[in-house]
Amino acid sequence: MSACCNDDPRIHDIKSKIRVVPNFPKPGIMFQDITTLLLDPKTFKNTVDLFVERYKNKNISVVAGIEARGFIFGPPIALAIGAKFVPLRKPRKLPGEVISEEYTLEYGRDCLEMHIGAVEPDERALVVDDLIATGGTLCAAMNLLERAGAEVVECACLIELPDLKVNLLSQNFT
Amino acid sequence: MTTTVITTLPHFSNLSRGIFVRPNFSFPFSPSRRLAGNLASSNMAAAAAAISPVPKDDLERIAKISATIRVIPDFPKPGIMFQDITTLLLDPVAFKDTIDLFVERYKHMNISVVAGVEARGFIFGPPIALAIGAKFVPIRKPKKLPGEVISEEYSLEYGTDKMEMHVGAVQPGDRALVVDDLIATGGTLCAAMKLLERVEAHVVECACVIELAELKGRDRLGEKPLFVLVSST
Repeated sequence: MSACCNDDPRIHDIKSKIRVVPNFPKPGIMFQDITTLLLDPKTFKNTVDLFVERYKNKNISVVAGIEARGFIFGPPIALAIGAKFVPLRKPRKLPGEVISEEYTLEYGRDCLEMHIGAVEPDERALVVDDLIATGGTLCAAMNLLERAGAEVVECACLIELPDLKVNLLSQNFT
Repeated sequence: MTTTVITTLPHFSNLSRGIFVRPNFSFPFSPSRRLAGNLASSNMAAAAAAISPVPKDDLERIAKISATIRVIPDFPKPGIMFQDITTLLLDPVAFKDTIDLFVERYKHMNISVVAGVEARGFIFGPPIALAIGAKFVPIRKPKKLPGEVISEEYSLEYGTDKMEMHVGAVQPGDRALVVDDLIATGGTLCAAMKLLERVEAHVVECACVIELAELKGRDRLGEKPLFVLVSST
């Protein structure tokens, strides 16, 4: 949930640095582009700091980042909280033995993979991606971690797509 | 006068002064070998210390880092010994040391942009950028970046591929560092450098965790300096 951070003055700056690109990757989609945020060192640092402040005392031992934009935000968080970083990747990118989790797309299916042995049973895990849309990828990520016996403490994203969640603001006014 | 700085293990060098010292025997690298123990007992260590003392701390950190890198044979195809850095990422101390070694080198070089090559460059580039106060620019495979991009084609063993960068991400006069986990033939790094140079940035150096020395990527970079932590033959 984003409630914890809404009053933080850093959030407004972060929101303002995200660029919306219409009709990408296909017509009708308003793409939330975080690369413009990465161009402002202070804003990028604030983004990471907000996550680190939330997770540093939660005994997180592993941060799992989803390829590829989760690779940008996950490692700095992992480094700051002293956790290991585990990349979750598209098929055939990770060398060696992996476990795979299939998930559904709008049309068809895709697959996420994790190294065997990267995560031990009872580890406390955080899953990181830049954005949550339908949640399909994040669910696949969580399944991989849980199959390895880890406990997923939370999923953390910069952006949640508004159309895909309940509009809490409108409820407050009734 | 020091010119380009090329620092690798097991070649001893003074990291802060940029003097490159090539040892007179080859030291075949294997991630399973315990570098620290070998170095301590070799005459090389004494000779190198006399020429250009390397902080013991740096060597120790690099030795530990290289010990965490896993080699996977026959990936992605038969005959290739794949250098897997994911095992490095599983060791928070080794991962932190890796970043620290790069940050110590670059923090006073006025780097304004760190460009990371998709996807493993996304793991090492951002922490470096954050620590030195530079912006981070992802260099990506085609059709991943939204909005206006410039493209640079480069050759593969069979065929070509492309790298893209956002228009407007980098300004003329920006001092840039290019980061990837590994340099092989140097094709990808060259393409990344060209993208930056086309927008009139100055590429100060390319930085990788690992160099596959046999593939001579260093030569392909030409005059551009390359800094690596671990050299694998």
